[in-house]
Order: sequence, then structure tokens, then C-alpha cells
Amino acid sequence: MTQFDYIGTELPRPDAPDKAAGKAVYIHDFVRPGMLYGKIKYSRYAHARIKAIDTSKAERLPGVRAVITGYNTPQIRIGFIKDNVALKRDKVRQFRDEVAAVAAIDPEIAAEAVDLIEVEYEELPGVFDPEEALQEGAPLVHETDARGRPKVDNRVPVPWKFVAGDVEKAKQEAAFVAEGRFSTPLIQQSCMGTAGCVAEFDLQGNLIIHTKTQIPFLAQNDFNAALSAMGLKGKNSRVIVPALGGSFGTGLDTHGYEYIAILLAYKTGRPVKIVLNREEEFAYLSPRQPTRTQIIQGCSREGKLTFREIRMLLDNGAYTSWGATTPSVMMLPISSLYRVPNVFYETTIVYTNNTYCQAMRGYGNPQAAWALESNLDELAEAAGIDPYDFRLLNCNIPNDITPMGLNITSCGHEECLRTVAEKLDWKTKRGQQRGKARGVGMASLFHVGGSGRVYRSDGTGIIMKLDDFGHVSVITGGVEMGQGFHSALAVATAEALGVTPDRVMVVSGDTATCPWDVGTHASRGAFTSCNAAIQAAQKARKRVFELAAEHFMPRVHFRMKLRKKKEPDFEIPDLDYERYCDPSEFDLKKNIVFFHEEPENPFLQLSIEEILREAHFKEQGTMIVTEAFYDPCNQMIDMKTCRGNMSAAYITGAQAAEVEVDTETGRVKILRFAAAHDVGQVINQQTIKGQIYGGIVQGLGYALCEEYKTEKGRNLNPNFLDYKILSAPDVDFPIDITCVETHDPEGPFGAKGVGEPGLVPTAPAIANAVYDAIGLRITDLPITPQKILTALKARKKAA
Amino acid sequence: MKKEIRFRLNGYEVSSEVEAHRVLLEVLRKDFELTGVKEGCGQGECGACTVLVDGVPVDSCLYPAFEIAGKSVTTIEGLVGEGNRLHPIQAAFVEHGAVQCGFCTPGMILSAKALLDEIPHPNEAEIRRAISGNLCRCTGYLQIVEAVRRAAEEGAA
Repeated sequence: MTQFDYIGTELPRPDAPDKAAGKAVYIHDFVRPGMLYGKIKYSRYAHARIKAIDTSKAERLPGVRAVITGYNTPQIRIGFIKDNVALKRDKVRQFRDEVAAVAAIDPEIAAEAVDLIEVEYEELPGVFDPEEALQEGAPLVHETDARGRPKVDNRVPVPWKFVAGDVEKAKQEAAFVAEGRFSTPLIQQSCMGTAGCVAEFDLQGNLIIHTKTQIPFLAQNDFNAALSAMGLKGKNSRVIVPALGGSFGTGLDTHGYEYIAILLAYKTGRPVKIVLNREEEFAYLSPRQPTRTQIIQGCSREGKLTFREIRMLLDNGAYTSWGATTPSVMMLPISSLYRVPNVFYETTIVYTNNTYCQAMRGYGNPQAAWALESNLDELAEAAGIDPYDFRLLNCNIPNDITPMGLNITSCGHEECLRTVAEKLDWKTKRGQQRGKARGVGMASLFHVGGSGRVYRSDGTGIIMKLDDFGHVSVITGGVEMGQGFHSALAVATAEALGVTPDRVMVVSGDTATCPWDVGTHASRGAFTSCNAAIQAAQKARKRVFELAAEHFMPRVHFRMKLRKKKEPDFEIPDLDYERYCDPSEFDLKKNIVFFHEEPENPFLQLSIEEILREAHFKEQGTMIVTEAFYDPCNQMIDMKTCRGNMSAAYITGAQAAEVEVDTETGRVKILRFAAAHDVGQVINQQTIKGQIYGGIVQGLGYALCEEYKTEKGRNLNPNFLDYKILSAPDVDFPIDITCVETHDPEGPFGAKGVGEPGLVPTAPAIANAVYDAIGLRITDLPITPQKILTALKARKKAA
Repeated sequence: MKKEIRFRLNGYEVSSEVEAHRVLLEVLRKDFELTGVKEGCGQGECGACTVLVDGVPVDSCLYPAFEIAGKSVTTIEGLVGEGNRLHPIQAAFVEHGAVQCGFCTPGMILSAKALLDEIPHPNEAEIRRAISGNLCRCTGYLQIVEAVRRAAEEGAA
């Protein structure tokens, strides 16, 4: 077992002091001289034709500098199948549609101007349910696709289908089968810091945009396409990322308001700021993809899983974004959570006039886990096997290839399951407390832990720059959104290079100066950046030792002579100061360069900065700047077969809860919670716990109370009063977490991703515990008191 | 209608001319450039805008600017001591992993300060109640509660 100096310790994050002092600059705090404030006018209807837009009154309001619509600006197509535009023309398809925007000298005037814009609509019948949208005669949300070809129905042409083995045969032969229907609602990421941007142009037509994003380089690509559409082909975008007040996936797409800010900035020649207020954040940003799932699973008499058949219906909303790609991630647990040889998975994705969805932490995995892990308990019950034993029997194992072609290397699934069962006294408690309406339940997860190739490049670059003071700038294209990515990178750099962590400064968030990174998503930040940093650090060490070979002994001699001058009694040791030194003789640890063979010799130790300065301040001097571009050995999945080793490592984990159901109020009280996550190697104890605790509490909100409600496409609860996220008193029970270290061969120091898994199995763990407590299964999230009371009443009536 | 309001801000006597409809949050951020106080919801639900008025935590997004006249306001910036030294509660948040994205942090720390000024050694339920109006989406609250507990232990009132 390797002893690390810094990996695995508890180091306070370097960005925490500024944040605790109120000094971090979020987009809300960012100002530019002469900045204007932008405000967007949204559609009044869920589905309507735009007959006319009259902006004259708004234009005349003093303080207004520009009013734009889809009719006086170049059309900018957005979204990965380009079925959306930044400003709408002809038709609106959802309440979120942007029909006009204003830039004014202050936010109040901008808001007033928006109200003065008059839009004449012809309302159209809308469709708000994906099943209804599939019926013949349903209103067409899009009459044509992005290329102008006529559409005959509301299906979105993003088909996902995965087939392995022979599910029909396995169904015939299965000893036990369990069938279920499950659904998950829209969920809002609910970042405490809302979204926004400040866009401006330089005098050469290049765009500089400060924006809340997790994908600065992909955003640069999107914005450059916008510049082309604006007649600025060949000009470049510079994307700069401020401090982020959370992100949880909201920053994985580029948004209408960004393009609108860009258009306003171009029209006015001034910086334009658009920041969403909380109501806009709820109603006009893209939430988590809702799902309706039909699932059948079967097993042998002994309890070995033999097949899984899953059909999902996805409400795509009015335009296509990452919600429609969540099946590509759902496919991972569907094909590979536990060992199942026969799998069938198919999705139907349908346009409606509802809001459209994009990424949220877990990216489909929480939705899939809800169905998979709830239904697994149903199957275990049908087979007469304890669901914990059932999971152990089928758990994932190291060095295995799954039906999807996922190459599992390190795997701690069994240990995670055993850990949570032990923490919750599973064997004593399961099935034993129904008289008290108490129960225990568990669920596990399977997710990417070594990045995920969803784009052609899965790469991350690092530049490492050493200065004359022995300080290191680690320059990364990745994004710190609160998850502790900077901290992990600083610790990994210190460990790999041989300097103390206080010497490391992480610089990020500027496409002009930072090396390319595909984006901070898929729990990949630490995995990829730290791997790149290790490579860059090794190159830097090599350079340091080459310089040491030249400068070490002469510098040591110089110091001896200097010391002799100050202390005449000092005896200069008899060393061969002229001898040839080979770079391989040296080592660097805790800022000190020394010889391998004599690590303790006080005369043969120089600080790294002395070596660096010797090499720099001379004729034909040199400085050390190294770089590395790490692109993991994973694959894009083949779109036809949905197979491919998407990640360079996979993670598993298990969570379990003991609950008590109040049968009079329907409230689920959590008594104890345990989680065990296969993390490969802990990099920083503090930040890893923070990620897991935070994920669990988000998962509990998903399980018990969060729901973005809509009626005919309109968001009904765009505020924290009616959209409840958990507060401190709600988390008043012990949460025990265990980091299982499986030392992944590809991970930096053995580490794997940990940003997302915390909230993946939480909801089914709660549902399974509720079932143990009261014998009732809630299949539609969230598990509200009303649903429990309704189910209890129905059972009583039936009895 | 505009009026000059005089009040005490982070230990200094200050004044500003404000319109009737303005709220304290906006006055602090715009007129005094104290951007540590955040707008999280503008509706008094999330606590990101928490400041102390005469030692009592308030949602500054709902607090009419006119009402601040003659009172004493403490923002997160006011907790930082001379030489950029963090207040013990701020230091405890840093030490114990209570800060992730940091957006809720200023409001959270001020609510904690008000608690410890009143109850120097609170139990866990009292800590949770004191920060019940401060929503956090990142941390799950555990390390925040621990930080406040440790700050109390070290006599941070």
C-alpha cells in the first residue's frame, strides 16, 4: 500500500476562505463599465402562432438601448439537433419561448420595457402528455424538422434501443418474474446561485462572454456557430467562467438567454448582462428529464437474474436537448447493474408543449435506478429471497465485461452492499418491524467513474508552470462549480510533483488561456484533470532533474563558500563539487531537491526555487512549463448497437435507509442512513464527504418532496415555497458514509469519479424501506405523505 | 419618493439616498458594493440574503431600505478582521468542509453568528433550527452543522 503525502488527507479547500469572506465573484457580482441589463419577454401561450410583434413603445422608453425579436436579428439555431432557435419567429411551442428582448441602462427600465412589447398571438391547441402526443391527430409541435423536411408525428428522431441475448426466451424460462410501472417527475437543479452571463464584443468582432457554464470549450464552439450566423464567421469567442453558485447540470448546455445577450451586446456595442431571477430559473431553465418506465425482470430459482425488459416513454418537451440523450446513460445500469445476460431496452421520445429538459446530476441514472432497484425488490420478494442476499448473489465483480461492452476493472460492489447492510443491522431488522411501521431498504448503483466519451473527444489538457518562487500554476480547462475540483487537482499536483499543496495554484475558466477540456460532467473532473496533471508533473520533474544535474553541485558549492565567509569556523565538507551528476540521481519531495541515495544529508538539499532561479537567471536561461493532454482509453458507443466501453473505469455503490412511516400523516421519517461508495481512492477526505453527503440529501429530496409541477405546460411552483428542497432540520438523522477504496488501475492515484453517484440509489432505497415498513410500494416519485395515505386507505378499503 | 437614510454598516456610520421601493439587499449590493450578500430568490425563502440587523438575522431581500435608518447592519464582510483575518466561524467553515459552491455561505455564517451570540453552546437541534432558513443545495448540511458545533466549542461567539 503506497504511502501518500497528501492524497487521502483532509485539506481545506483553497477557494473556501474567499467564499467564507463573501469575496468570490459570481456572475451576479460581475460588472463591466457601461454595462447594460438585458431582460427577456417570454411567450404568453404554450402553443401559438406569432401574428405580430410591436416593439415601438418599448423602444421609446427612456433608458432603453435595444429591442430585438426573431424578426430583426439573424436566426441562430441551437440544440444538438438544431430544432430550436434563440429568438422565436412564426410560432411559440412552450411557455419558455423567448419572443423578444430588451437591453437598458438599468434592470427596472429593462423590465418595464419588456412589459411594453406587444405580441399578437393566435392560440393553437397544445399537447401536454407524451402518450396523447403520440395519438393520431395530436397537434404537431414541430411541423418540420431543422432541415425543413415535413414531420408526420411528434416523435423525436433520437432512437435508443439496446438488445443483448434473447429476452423472450429468458422470459419463458424464468422461474420468477416481476413486472412494474414507475415514473419520475420533472426536477429542478435548484442551484443557489442562478444562471446568467455578461456578453460583449471587442472592436475586432470577437466575443467575450462571462457565463455560468460547465462546458466552456463546447460553449465556445456553439457561440462561434452563432457568430457565423450573425455574419461574423472567422471571429472567435472567449468564454470565461466566474465563480459558480452550483450547477448540477444546468451548465451543460448553452441557453437562449446567452445567445440573446450576445445579440444585444452586438447591437448596442456595449456589455450586456442577463441574470435569471429565481422564478425565471425555475420556469425558463431546463429541468431533469421525467420518465415513464415499464419494467419486467426475471430470475432463476436460485435468484440469479436472467433478464431485464424495459420500455421508457420520455416527454421531450418542445425542443431537444440533453434530456433526449439520458437513455445513453440509463443504458449503463440497465445493461450492467448486476450481472444480467439478456436485456431489452427501448425508448420512445415525444415532443410536447411542455418545458424541455437537459442534464441534471446523474443524467438519467437516478431515473433508471428508481425503476430497476424498486423492481428488483419486487423480484426478490417473488423469489422468496432477502433483497440484500439477492443483490449479493448478482452483484458486479471486478474484471468483467458487461453485455453493453463495458469493461469493468476495479469494482467494490460486494463490499459496498455488505457495508450498508452491516451499518443498518439489516439481518436483525429486515421484515421485523412492521408492527412499528418501521423498515429497512437498500439500493445500489452503477455509473461511469472514469469519464464518459459522449463526444468524439473526451480529452483534458493541463499546463503546469513553475515560477521563480517554486510556486506552481496548474492551468486547466475544467470548471469548479463547488464540487471541489480545484482542490483535488491541487492535491494531485502536489503529490505528483513533490511540492507542498500551498505552493499550488489552480487557474481555470478561460478558453483563451486554458487548455481544452470537453467539460466538467460525467463525474470526470478529478479523474481526467488529475491524470493529465500527473503526466505534466512527471515531465516537470524530469526537467527539474535535468536542471539539477547541471546546477545542483555548483550551487551547493557556492552556498558552502558563502557560509564559510559568514562563519569562518565552518568546515566546507570534502565533496566532489565538480562531479558529473545524472538526472536520475535526484528526487523532489516537499519542495526540496536531493539525491536519492542521501535523502537526509543536510548539505545536499536545495529548494526547488533555487534550482529554478539558477536555470532562469543566466545567459540562455530556461524556465519550466510543461503540458499534457489526457484523453482516456474509452469509446463512443455505437449508435446502432449501443455498445462500447464508454468509460475508463466504473463505479458502484450502495445506500440503505431505516425509516418509520407515520400512518396517520403519511410522513416518512428517516431514522438512519448509510452509504458506501466505490471511489477507487480518496483524494481529499473533506471534499469527497461533501460530495456524497450533498448527493444523498439531493437524493432524499428526489425521493420525498421535490416535484416541478406543471399544468398545460405552465410551471405552477417556480419558487422555494412550493418547490421544496430539504433544509437543515429535515436532515436530522445520522448519515454514515464509507469510501471503499478499490485502487483503480487507470485512475489518478487509483481514484474514480464521485460527483454524481451520491444521489443515484437514494430514492429506491427509501421506497424499499417504506415497503418493508408498511408493505406498500409507491411507484411514482416523489413519495409524498398524500400518496402514502391514499395507498393505506385503498388497502384498508380492499381488506 | 427619495430619502436619505443613515445607519451603521459593519461598524461605520454611513448614509445613502434611496427610493421608497428599494430593499436593503439591493442598497447593500449596489450603493455600498458589498456583494457578499446574495440574491438567491428575492422572496425571503432561501436565506442567501441574510444579514444581521441589530444582531438579528433578517432576509434583506424583503427588508425595506427605509426601515434601516438608525439601525446597525452586519454583512459577511464585516466579520473579516484586520489583516484579512477570518472570524472564527468563517475559519471553522473553511476547516470543516462546510463550503462548496459558497453561495449560501455568507448567509449561513451570519445565521450561525446570531445563534452563537445568543446560545454559546447550542445542541444540534438548535443549530439546525438556527440555519433552517438558509437553504444549501451542495453540502447536505452535515459539515455545516459540524463547523458551527466546532466553532461553538472553540468559543467563537
